[in-house]
Order: sequence, then C-alpha cells, then structure tokens
Amino acid sequence: MPFPNPRRRAFALAAALAGAAVLSAPAAAASGPAQARGAHSQSAYSQADPTAVSSSGKTLTVGVTSTIDSLSPFLAQRALPTQIHRLMYDFLTNYDPTDDHPIGALATSWTTSADKLTWTYTIRDGMKWSDGQPVTAADAAWTYNLMMTNPDAATANGNFVANFAKVTATGNQLVITLKQPQSTMLALDVPIVPEHIWAGHVKDIGTFNNDTQFPVVGDGPFILTGYQKDQYLTLDANPNYWRGKPAFDHLVFKFYKDADSEVEALKKGEVDFVDGLTPAQYESLKGQSNIVTNDAPGKRFYALAVNPGATTTTGQPFGDGSPALQNQQFRQALMYAIDTKTLVTKTLGGYGTTGSGYIPPVFSTYHWSPDPSSAYTYDPAKANQMLDAAGFKKGSDGMRTMPDGKPLNLRLMGETNRPDDTQDATYVAEFLKAVGIATTTTLVDQGKLGDTEVAGNFDLAFDSWTANPDPDAVLSIQTCATRPSAPGKSAATDDFLCDKNFDALYAKQITEYDPATRASDVKQMEQVLYTDAYINVLYYPDVLEAYRSDVIGSWDKQPQPKGVYWGQDGYWSFWSAKPAAASAASGSSSKSSSSSTGLIVGVVVVVVVVLGGGLVLMRRRRTASAEERE
Amino acid sequence: MSITASALPDTAAVPPAPQGGAAARRGPVIPLRYVVGRLVGAAVSMLAVVFTGFFLFRVVPGDPVRSLTRGRAMTNAQLATLRHQFGIDKPLISQFGDYTSRIVRGDLGTSYQYKTSVSSLIGSHVWATVYLVGTATLISAFLGLRIGVRSAWRNGSRSDRANTGIALVLWSMPTFWLALIMIMVFSVGFGPIPGMFPTGGMSSPNVHGLFPVIWDHFRHLVLPCLTLVAVLYAQYLLTMRATLLEEVGSDYLTTARAKGLREDDVRRKHAVPNSMLPAVTLVFLNLGTAVSGSILAETIFSWPGLGSLFYEALTVPDQPLLEGLFIFFSAAVIVMNLLAELLYPILDPRVRTS
Repeated sequence: MPFPNPRRRAFALAAALAGAAVLSAPAAAASGPAQARGAHSQSAYSQADPTAVSSSGKTLTVGVTSTIDSLSPFLAQRALPTQIHRLMYDFLTNYDPTDDHPIGALATSWTTSADKLTWTYTIRDGMKWSDGQPVTAADAAWTYNLMMTNPDAATANGNFVANFAKVTATGNQLVITLKQPQSTMLALDVPIVPEHIWAGHVKDIGTFNNDTQFPVVGDGPFILTGYQKDQYLTLDANPNYWRGKPAFDHLVFKFYKDADSEVEALKKGEVDFVDGLTPAQYESLKGQSNIVTNDAPGKRFYALAVNPGATTTTGQPFGDGSPALQNQQFRQALMYAIDTKTLVTKTLGGYGTTGSGYIPPVFSTYHWSPDPSSAYTYDPAKANQMLDAAGFKKGSDGMRTMPDGKPLNLRLMGETNRPDDTQDATYVAEFLKAVGIATTTTLVDQGKLGDTEVAGNFDLAFDSWTANPDPDAVLSIQTCATRPSAPGKSAATDDFLCDKNFDALYAKQITEYDPATRASDVKQMEQVLYTDAYINVLYYPDVLEAYRSDVIGSWDKQPQPKGVYWGQDGYWSFWSAKPAAASAASGSSSKSSSSSTGLIVGVVVVVVVVLGGGLVLMRRRRTASAEERE
Repeated sequence: MSITASALPDTAAVPPAPQGGAAARRGPVIPLRYVVGRLVGAAVSMLAVVFTGFFLFRVVPGDPVRSLTRGRAMTNAQLATLRHQFGIDKPLISQFGDYTSRIVRGDLGTSYQYKTSVSSLIGSHVWATVYLVGTATLISAFLGLRIGVRSAWRNGSRSDRANTGIALVLWSMPTFWLALIMIMVFSVGFGPIPGMFPTGGMSSPNVHGLFPVIWDHFRHLVLPCLTLVAVLYAQYLLTMRATLLEEVGSDYLTTARAKGLREDDVRRKHAVPNSMLPAVTLVFLNLGTAVSGSILAETIFSWPGLGSLFYEALTVPDQPLLEGLFIFFSAAVIVMNLLAELLYPILDPRVRTS
C-alpha cells in the first residue's frame, strides 16, 4: 500500500485520478448529450438532440422537488408533468388569469344543443403544430376517441371522457355527444395531441413516455426540447404561439430532491424560482437582496375526516369506526372543541386561512362560508354542553364515556410524510382532551394510512385535497357511488360518505348549464358537508414562493391580485414572464461570467490543495525516513 | 527473501509471506474445488434473493394504485383498469407465478409509476451511482488504508491520535448535515469563500463538447464525493490500523529487520500483505453495496442515482421496481463477495491450504 518514493507516489495519485476518470466517463456518456447515446435511442430516458437546444437568449430556470412519472399526456398522473403539459399543448379551453373563469384556447367558441347532450366547439383557425402541420378539430377528436376506446390511453385523464358517447370532427367544428348532460365541458383539462405524430404510438401507448424524440411536437407556448430524468427538463419558447411568443427564450426545470438545497440554489442564483416553501424557508428568504417572496392563498384544503361507518355501494357496513361518530351532535361538538386559529398560527406560522366551506376561498365563485351564527367557532363550553346533551357523560377522571357507559377513545391518524400532521395531531388531541375526549394518535407512512382507511379501521384522520377551478372532481369523491363495491376494496371515495341530499345536489349541478345556478347548487352541497361534519376543513394553507427579481422583471399571477405563479390553471406566469431590466442588458452572459469566475477560483483551489498536500506529504516523508533510519 | 514455516521451524506459527512463497508454488493458484464451492454458494444465495425479493416487498404497506392516483379524481372503473394493468387484481400465488416466469426469462418487469422497463431504469441510473459512490469508495479506501498503515506503524504518536480522532469525528457526523454545510460553504459561498461548486445535480443543461461535459460532471462530483469520502474513510483507516497492529510485534518482522531490511520494506513487503484480508473484504463488500447508492448524499445533492430511485419506488410502493432493484443490489454484493473470495487465495496462501 504505501509508496516509499515520491515518484511512486505520483504514479499512485495519477492512477487514482485515472481510475476516477474511467469511472466518470461512462457516467458522462450516460447523461451527456445524445451523440454518446445514439445506441440507446430505444431507451425511455434518452437525451435530446443537443443541436435542438440553443443556449443563446434569456433563460428562466425553475427549481422543482417533485418527479415526472411520464411525459405522455395519456399516462402522466403527477402534478409536475401535468403542469408541463399545459406549456407544451393547448387544451380546448383555458382559465382566465384574473378569476379562473373558463375562456377559449384551442376552441374559440362553443354551443350546446337544446337536450344538453351535444356540445359543438369551433376550433381556432391558423394554429400550427411546431412541425408546421395545421392544428385541426380532427386532432382533438382523435385524442378524445383514443382515450374513449383504449384503456391504456385513459390512464391519466379517462375520467374526463367517461360520459362521452361520440366525438366527431367536421371542418373546424368539434362535436361531442354526451350520454348524460355534463356541466364541466369547459373544464376538460386534457392536452390535445397531434394525430400525425401520435398515430404511430397507439400500439405502445401504455409504455410510450413521449421522451425519445426531441423537440416534441406541440402547439403550446413552449416546446419541449430535452429531458434528463431527475436532472433537468428544457423547453424553448414557441415563436409561432397564437397568443404571442413568450419573452423568455428558454425555460429550464431543474430537479432537486431536497428543498433546503433548492433554497440555497435560489440564493446563489442557480435557479430563479422555487415554490412550495415551508414557513421557515419563506422567512429566511424574506428581505434577501434580489429575491421577491410571494404568499398566496392556496387551492388546497386540509381537513379532519371522520369515519362515518364505512359501507359498500350496497350499504354493507365494514371496518371498526367508533359508533360515537355516527352521532351528528358529537361530530359537531368535535369541531367546536378545535381551535383552528391556533392551528393556522402554530402549524402554518400564520400562512393560511381558517377553514369553512369545502371549496377553498381562492375559488370565489364556488366558495361557501357559513354565517357566523352557525359557524364552528372555537367554543369548548358549547362543545362540553353538546356532548353532555348527547349523553357522553364525563367520568370521575374527567374523561367522557359512551352513552352506554363503555369507554370512549378515538384513534386519530395522520401521515408521517405530511409535516402538518405531526403538529396538528398534538394540538387536536389536546383540544379534544380538554372537553373530555380521549384520543390515541398514530402517525404512519402514507401507504399504511391508506390501507387502514380502505379497511375502514380508523376514527379520525387528517385529509387534504387540491381543488380545481371546476369543483366537480373534488365533489365527486364524496358521493355514494364512489364507495367500494366490496368491503376493504380500494375505491375512489375519500371518506365513505353517503348523504342522499348531497348526491341529489351533485346530480343536479352536473346537468346545470347556467353558471350562477350551478354555483348555488355547489354552495348548498358545501353546506350539507359542513352540517354533516364528516369532512371538517381545518384550514387552507397558503402557497409560499420566491423568485429572483434580477432575472424575472414581471410575470402574471393567477388569480389576481393575490395569486400563485406555480400550479396555475393555465400557463400565464411562464408565458407572461418578462426578463428583468438588468438581466435584459447583460442577460445570461453575467451568469456565465460568474460561473467562469467560480471555475477559475475552483481550479486555483484544486491546484493549491494538490501542491500544498504534496509538499506536506513530502516533508512528512522526509521526517519519517529520518525517524526510521535512527 | 521470503520467510516460510519450513525455513524457520522454530517459529512454526509465523505466517508465510504471500508473494512467491514456497507454498504458493506447490499447487494451482486457486484450487478448482474452492472455486466451484464458491460459485455454488453464490448461485444458492442468488436463488434465495429471487424468492425473498417477491415476498419482502408485499409486506410493504400501501396500495400502488391509490398512491399513484393520489389527489386526482378517478372513477372506480379507472382504478380497476389500473389494478388489472399492474396484475395486482390476481391472487398472490398467481402473481408469484407471473413474477417467477418473468425473472426466469430475465425480464424485471415494468415500473408502475414510470411505465417503463425496470432494467432500462436501472441502466439509466446505475452509472450515476457508480460514478459517485464508486469514486468515493475508491478514494476513501485509498486514503483510509494509507493513513491506517501509517497510524498503526507509528501507533500512539501524535499523528496517529490526530488522524484517528479526525476520522472518528467525520465518521460520526450525520451525512445530511455535513452535506448541507458543504453546500452552504462551498456552493453558495460563506464569508471570504466563494461559491465554487453547483448546489446539486450531476450535470448542467446546454453544455456541449467532450471536455466541457467532463469538466461539468467533475464540478458536480466534487462536493458529494468529498462528503462521502469524509464520512466513509474512517472504516478503512480503523480496520487497517487494527489488523496491522496485531502484526506489529510479530517475530517474523523482527527476523526481517534482523536480516537488515529497511523499515519501509519490512512494512510494505511483510507486515502489510499479511494484514490485507480484512481490508480487501471491506473494499469489495463496499464496492458491492456501492451500486445501491447513498440515499442521504444522493438526496441532498439531488444526484440521479439508484439510491434515490429505490426511495421513490418505496413510497409508492412500485413493486416491480423494488423487486428489480433488490435483485440487482443483492447480485452486486454476491458477485463482489465472490470476487473477494476468489482473490483471497491469491493474496494469502494460507487460504489455499486451509
């Protein structure tokens, strides 16, 4: 092992470096540009043609911590690829940046038949795919038909076409015939793909991930030019986009696995935008130079779900939910006992709004809130009084028992992966204990919690859903029909809820084509949920974001004035983003010069370390030899 | 030159020096029986891995369909289709049948979440891991063994105490903490230290040309590799130091010195070769586990390796990907162990005769 003379030492060092270089070569080849990977063009994750990515022009770099499951619009189920698809493909309709109401996109106008079963959309004239082919109504019809006939193609968005009977295209008219009237026809969040490209992939639609040939042909404001799984994804501005070319020439998504490293990257300027910050990260970025923070109302609600007594679609009960929870007064008392203001202050650091209706307030058209007299405002005295009245008497130890005298202990469940749950579980358990209700808290992995919920073996569980501009999806999961067909079978239901009034209103709103009447139906549904007290919204967390103002001069939020940049229903932020004035002058050159400064400094440091280390080692060697000779 | 038992009957316990010893010339370098025995052993282990691979990950809680469609409105029919596509609507025993027939054909299956073949996923991630963890293992082995030898030889000296102390302090540091400190200091810059290295990832987009690409990869490698070396090298140092210490007072070294050998030669040609076995085992074992990556370092530095792929698979749980990775990781360890075992008799004739 030891090398007694300096020459051998140098040889050993060289050998070690060569070893590292040999190891690095295949990695460089594996992840580097395509010329090294030609042989792997079949591989699902091969790289873009480097010539397709030009590095001149303005670049906006976005840091993301989530992953991409697939880039195929037919397969992608995660939020991140769904957002990227909005940039790559135009949908039939879009949502207005100011208030989320549906507006035209691929379709310029639409009409419905008297029987409400036929929708006719006029497709925008003159739109072109990025390969120059025209975008037609036939492309849209082909996309929908594929999803209706091919189960693999329905993986991601099959729910949107489940009620379609027939889709045809004549000229610039797209005609969709429905089985039942459906009021969500302006909220079909399905990317329309070019038939002339995708027809060749019908056979392998279940495994084709749309990442083998770049640039990917699209018609959105950006064109996908490259993708390295878990490293980066690159898009270029579409110069022919009908709404106008985006001001940034390139959009790069950089993947991080750790949010703290991502925040450091923002501080350094390696990324220009990060979202999903924790309150602590947000506070640390506030007031930093060249960084603008954004605190916006979120689209997500965070609730305490109550096991209503799990049942199947045929009404067969299963699971072991506490019978106490079938008492409405008991459930409502729970809500009076919980101080949601404390949860918002402590768990969210104040970045959130206390809960009321099921649809978050950011969707003002559909949000409902109770009038103050019937709201569950924190009132332990009232909770105690309601529990007493319902027959849940306090024992000598101050804890309540079931009306029949049996002990009462509710199992409160949460997820270890969701940071909110740990804190909220502690607070909720304390609040309930204060009114004499004993709880046992269990925090488990999300898979385990899922298994327990599917089996119906829980009492209380934290629950969170993100709503869309159209409320249908998030309402549907509370209907009777989504319950499992057999005990313990996984199903679309959120919480085994089955309320006849709610279902009747659900059926009414889905056939209601008048927006105002439908909104009023939806609000009534929220009122039913609120009074039932099975799904109790504790709060709506804010979305915390930050961007570099030396790169991004201005860009649009959705909704306005208080809204988000990331996770919009639409592409408004990236499409509207304008480079900052300073960056417009020096642009990416300042970035590259700073990186080359770093490079030079890096080289100097490496040289100093190697030379210095060598000197020290040689000196040590000399002393050592002297010692040994003695 | 060499000292063997036959040459020195009064020191029968002295182990022979490996290179060119008389014993080495007697038979083949590695007896065939020894090789066959090890190969059979490896094959049996591999078989056991394939069988446990299936059942091990069925114990992981969670429904892949439910977790993949989390947060999306799905119809019950859509959920049933997905369940059917994944083949998890069948009874466990017939799922096991599917699995075995797949594995026998050399097909690791298709990932639930990435809708792509498990072998291509492993193929696209393995180099990133070997590049990082392999380089770090080699550097830390080189560094650790060298310092270990010196420490043992000058046992109790100030440099021994300092080296062992530093190594132990770094060994006990949490990887994620050290990694974050590295990023804050050397990537973002701290005080007079400029931010020299990228905060994460393995490469940058829009870098073209062979040398810029290699340089870009090297820049990305420095911090994660340094972190891993800092955390890992202590085990080599301490193993080498402990084994060599046992040899230091041996009679055969006294004999070697008595023959007038230089101290360097005594150490290099006699003491060190006799204490190499534990170190070799450790290096090969770690090279075997190197492919499984380091989840913590890969996460903090956003390194696209197998460690983080495994973690992602576990959260779903993505059964085919988990099974494929488990088989791959185990196979790497088994193969590396086999190599180490085949290397023993070459390094040390005592293994041959026993």
